[in-house]
Amino acid sequence: MKAKIIVTPKKAVVDPQGKTVQSALEHIGFKGIGAVHVGKYLEIDLPEGDAESWRAKIDEACHKILSNPVIEDYQFQIEK
Amino acid sequence: MNFAVLQFPASNCDQDALHVVVNVLGHQGRFVWHKESSLAGFDAVIVPGGFSYGDYLRTGAIARFSPIMEAVQSFAAEGKPVLGICNGFQILCEAGLLPGALVRNRSLQFRCEHIFLKTLGNNSPFTSRIPGDKILRIPIAHGEGCYFADDATLEQLKANGQILWQYVNASGEPTEESNPNGSLSNIAGICNAARNVAGLMPHPERASEPILGSADGRLIFESLVSWAENRARA
Repeated sequence: MKAKIIVTPKKAVVDPQGKTVQSALEHIGFKGIGAVHVGKYLEIDLPEGDAESWRAKIDEACHKILSNPVIEDYQFQIEK
Repeated sequence: MNFAVLQFPASNCDQDALHVVVNVLGHQGRFVWHKESSLAGFDAVIVPGGFSYGDYLRTGAIARFSPIMEAVQSFAAEGKPVLGICNGFQILCEAGLLPGALVRNRSLQFRCEHIFLKTLGNNSPFTSRIPGDKILRIPIAHGEGCYFADDATLEQLKANGQILWQYVNASGEPTEESNPNGSLSNIAGICNAARNVAGLMPHPERASEPILGSADGRLIFESLVSWAENRARA
């Protein structure tokens, strides 16, 4: 099993990296796009077993260390 | 007075901080490795700058779980002074000892230069000896010093007088041009509600002797010493 986690900056936090990527995309011809947000992707290998109990642990890990709730949101899924 | 200067893998200016408190100000102090778990016998803690754990994940995110940080939590809870400089400020925010967070500079540039700081109020252990009208000239060196907090937290900081230092121009005005990283309200440093834990992005330890071009940073350390001596007498 694997936990696949995506961490993104909160809407209220200015994301200069996203803005820079957006203008680079527009500059090279990808016109008409909206705001870009740059986040992080983490993948954690897990032993086969009870996905539900891992869900609670991964949620705790995301809250405690993998993201900072002051500036970031997270979402994740557990895949067999 | 006995200072602990914490050391994490990839701390920097830890040597400078200890040099200032021991050689410049004539106090006692020693490095405390992040694997240690006690701060017994110390009167103040300095969490220095650097790039602890390579800034992996987020600045300060991993360092805050080092064994010594539990001792820092108890030390702070007892009302003793803790000063975080640069990466130390980031670590204290991650640890929840200070509100808010430091994110990537709005310019995306690593800024390394001298800036001007205005001190807002001298009613803290870190500002008690700074004259009200004094503009401090102190260096910064960071890529992630843009202070962020949600609106409610920011209002609270202002209402409680927890914003200790603001980036200003040479005349003392907090203009957009004088803000090197895009921090909300030009915030360069704050303290907690109890006022015994503070963090700032500029490096006062790099500006505490005239030979370094500025000795303004020394006022912050002298404030700390004077506050601790008054506390000991009380």
